[in-house]
Amino acid sequence: MAGAKGFFTDTTLCIGCKACEVACKQWNQLPDDGLLFTGMSYDNTVHLGASTWRHVAFIERPVPLSTQDAGAFSWLFSSDVCKHCVRAGCLESCPTGAIIRTEFDSVYVQPDICNGCGYCIVNCPFGVIDRRSEDGRAWKCTLCYDRLREDMTPACAKACPTESIVFGDLDELRTRARVRVEKLQDAGMREAYLYGEDAASQPGTEGLNAFFLLLDKPEVYNLPPDPAIPTKGVGRSWISMAAAAAGIALMAVGSVFFSKLGGRS
Amino acid sequence: MAECHPVGFRWVMEARERGATIIHVDPRFTRTSAVANIHVPIRAGSDIAFLGGIVRYIIENERYFRDYVVHYTNAPAIVSAEFQDTEDLDGLFGGWDEETGQYHKKAWRYEGADPEPAAGVKESDEEGQPIQHNPFQAGHSDPTLQHPRCVFQILKRHFSRYTPEMVEQTCGIPKSLFLKVAETLCRNSGRERTSAFCYAVGWTQHSMGVQYIRTAAIVQLLLGNIGRPGGGILALRGHASIQGSTDIPTLYNLLPGYLPMPKAKQDKDLATYLARNTSPSGWWGEFPKYFVSLLKAWFGEAATKENGWCYDYLPALTGDHSHMNTVVNMADGGVKGYFVMGENPVVGSMNGPLHRKGLRQLEWLVVRDFSVTETADFWRDAPEIERGEIRTEDIGTEVFFFPAAAHVEKDGAFTNTQRLLQWHYKSVEPPGDAASELDFIYKLGLRLKKLYAEEYGQPRNRPIRDVTWDYPLEGPKREPKAEAVLREINGYTVADGKPVEGFTSLQDDGSTACGCWIYSGCYRDGHNMAARRKPHWEQNWVAPEWAWAWPHNRRLLYNRASADPEGKPWSDRKKLVWWDQEKGEWVGYDTPDFIVKRPPWFHPSKDACGKDTIGGTDPFVMQADGKGWLYAATGLQDGPLPVHYEPQESVVKNPLYGQQCNPERVEWWRKDNPYHRAYDDPRFPYVITTYRLTEHHTAGAMSRWLSWLSELQPEMFCEVSPELAAERGLKNGGWATIRTMRAEIEARVLVTGRMRPLRIKGRLVHQIGLPYHWSTKGLARGDAANDLIGFVADPNVSIQESKAFTGAIEPGRKSRRRSAAISGPPVREIDPKRWQRDLPPARRKPESQHSFKAGESKKEH
Repeated sequence: MAGAKGFFTDTTLCIGCKACEVACKQWNQLPDDGLLFTGMSYDNTVHLGASTWRHVAFIERPVPLSTQDAGAFSWLFSSDVCKHCVRAGCLESCPTGAIIRTEFDSVYVQPDICNGCGYCIVNCPFGVIDRRSEDGRAWKCTLCYDRLREDMTPACAKACPTESIVFGDLDELRTRARVRVEKLQDAGMREAYLYGEDAASQPGTEGLNAFFLLLDKPEVYNLPPDPAIPTKGVGRSWISMAAAAAGIALMAVGSVFFSKLGGRS
Repeated sequence: MAECHPVGFRWVMEARERGATIIHVDPRFTRTSAVANIHVPIRAGSDIAFLGGIVRYIIENERYFRDYVVHYTNAPAIVSAEFQDTEDLDGLFGGWDEETGQYHKKAWRYEGADPEPAAGVKESDEEGQPIQHNPFQAGHSDPTLQHPRCVFQILKRHFSRYTPEMVEQTCGIPKSLFLKVAETLCRNSGRERTSAFCYAVGWTQHSMGVQYIRTAAIVQLLLGNIGRPGGGILALRGHASIQGSTDIPTLYNLLPGYLPMPKAKQDKDLATYLARNTSPSGWWGEFPKYFVSLLKAWFGEAATKENGWCYDYLPALTGDHSHMNTVVNMADGGVKGYFVMGENPVVGSMNGPLHRKGLRQLEWLVVRDFSVTETADFWRDAPEIERGEIRTEDIGTEVFFFPAAAHVEKDGAFTNTQRLLQWHYKSVEPPGDAASELDFIYKLGLRLKKLYAEEYGQPRNRPIRDVTWDYPLEGPKREPKAEAVLREINGYTVADGKPVEGFTSLQDDGSTACGCWIYSGCYRDGHNMAARRKPHWEQNWVAPEWAWAWPHNRRLLYNRASADPEGKPWSDRKKLVWWDQEKGEWVGYDTPDFIVKRPPWFHPSKDACGKDTIGGTDPFVMQADGKGWLYAATGLQDGPLPVHYEPQESVVKNPLYGQQCNPERVEWWRKDNPYHRAYDDPRFPYVITTYRLTEHHTAGAMSRWLSWLSELQPEMFCEVSPELAAERGLKNGGWATIRTMRAEIEARVLVTGRMRPLRIKGRLVHQIGLPYHWSTKGLARGDAANDLIGFVADPNVSIQESKAFTGAIEPGRKSRRRSAAISGPPVREIDPKRWQRDLPPARRKPESQHSFKAGESKKEH
């Protein structure tokens, strides 16, 4: 069963039922996020967080879908989740080693090691991971690690009635997704495209293990258009820092040398 | 459908992916609209005008499936010269009786024939035996469809004014959009293609709810979409086994398998009852076999030929005991005790305050549910108690609350909308004292039997003592074995107790017993057929070995219609059942819903009776003439053809007829149930419709106590368009008060482009959307939308009108939750009788027409 696994979330098949949100909370026994009426369409959980690991966005747009006859309007649904990035900002910034990459290529927070420092939170370009106020530790989607170990499908994908969330081997998912986009384009849905399916399309993360088929700009779905993990620049930072340090040292040595020269003169 | 049946909707999505066009007709843009190909916004309560427009389009443009219509529907049947249409009488059919406020249905009969209806109203034969039951047998038909009084011509004339322009003016659907829908539907029907209609209570909960479905049936019959794969009219039921609770009914006027409950006045003895219900033609000629087998199952050895199989043990109906009548009767002190199981009527039914008024008059109330619902706690924290209008200490009702087992905590079968019985097994024991309904009823029955055996020895108590009540017990809680009940439902031969093969094995001589004839065969050979789980890749595409469907494991009703009159499939693409000449029988992928050995060329003799009257080209075997009824000559209270009437409360005058509302609708004129003006009531200028959301389940007892579901829709809200919000000063996320004559409620405001005002005759009509899940208890709370709605009902099935009514909305949290049932109407009363609702001279309906008890109770008001 091991090998790179992930999600392909096809938003054109999502019916906004939120079964994924509920299945995730039930399987992982997560608390509610508070009973808050937001007035934001049918979205009352607002965003991913420490106790919401799947979140369905409801987007009401005054723009028609190219394949629909429903006036100048459309309603988009998209089930968001941790992307399990190929280069994961949270993992790379974790000072305790609590966040690890598993045998399924997923990014997993070990709750018994996490000390709640919060570095991971600022290092996630998607705003996925968060600390739970009751215990201070960081939490996010585990790709149902416990279920994968038992050869079971993650709870959200299992509960999805329309196969909008597909779980599987990443290679297969990528092929499936590309075929799907082509099919949709051919059927006249010109706006369909993939978000984060590989390193070429999203160099800042080097690709996502949970990627999406979207119908509008990423910002519309509350996704960053060009995400990059801060630690991606660490190598370059080190080089420039080394260069700077070298320069400063050179200058220091130089100034001493020249002052000596000057002193002599 | 995506909103309320997301799991079933996966098949719609799959059809869409395979190229099907999904059309969604709804006042609101919902989750279904979001993924449909076409969304058609419609004014709530105007669907007959819309569907009638499609009927006209099909006929005028000759898009009907002619061979199907001529052979399989009653289009050629000739109607009596006496018949007068709504076109002649400005919205009334002939036969209207001003005094009783009801129709004389004989005015709609066929020429020279008087068929028994397969269901619905069965009239007593006071006027003597009709000459013939089947118009086709009697020779009164015109296959050229040209006779001016043939059903086809009557239908054509009846809907002739339902033009695209009229649809636009009535429903608010632009002409171009309407034409696109009509054309798409026609293009997807015929020999090679079929279309299906799916509907739910958005169609049924109207004062002409049955006629909504009738209109869809007419469309589908004209297009040849009934009895063929991919066709049909699919009722999406509101709970997992609502279909099951209709088949084995929780309805007051039915016995299992749609056998009518005896009526006290007419059905004096078994012979009369059987004579009144056995159809001289068609499959209902078998009626006595099913009824006697039922009595044999219920009363076992006590049921003998001599005592009429214990027919006298059955209670008989003395009037209308449907839900709303019972509640009204209760409010007037006419009901002693009440069992509420798996229902939360003070939230889920109309006029909650009136329900609570009823509950306060009871001696005792039993509620079985997962949590202490608003119905169980009506005496403690209802709005009127919170306001101090009613004091708990003044309520004398004794309330018993029993914790109920959930579906995973008990064995049993779910029957879904396609009549599929699927068995489910208990996966955990119910916690604490929680038990299944089966266990509760069974043990209650045992106690009653003991009580009646020991203390009440009178002969009149024999029914309780004689009823068969002997299911084996199992499990740690010693619960009755659910499969034993299924076995009884299947039926068995009395002599050896062996399960019967199916309903064709049942007899009327007491040799067989059967709990529900249509389910007969579900426990064939002693196997639980409903528990079959053969995967689809190991059988044909109909998957006949997955679970079991009634009747006789037929997956598609009336599937004889999938073949042409000669018995050959209409097309290879839509092949399902056909006549095999070599074998001399009907064969196919599905179990044929026909007499297997009856050849297509069979013509019944003139003096044939019962099922011998079913000809080889009569697919609709339950109908007295074997045809699909475009025109219902009998069986309905409110007319042989559907008519667009406005709801009880509307914002517009009926654009088609002088008669505003369904003349046969049931009303309850009481101070605690006031109505608005019929139309254009300046106090209530907006259309309101109610509905469910995916996140909650009906009255909320299964969802509002769960944090995971409650956080998804945490509060009562109303949906309004940006235009209405601007007009009324409503702010997104703020508060609004919604008001009718019955009550006022408050709700959070959701301003959304998904609500669109409609343009009707140059006027902007606003609609307000109200989900109805919340009330005073649970985690997620809010006011109950159903408090706003009055009691009004369809005359055929007593369904309430909750999907279209009028109301007012204003910004702010001003609601004091006043209700007419307690403190008088929240809005000043204007004499409602000053506004004409019904066509003069047809006066408003006499008050107590359908309400036996309610009529008596009105004296107090």
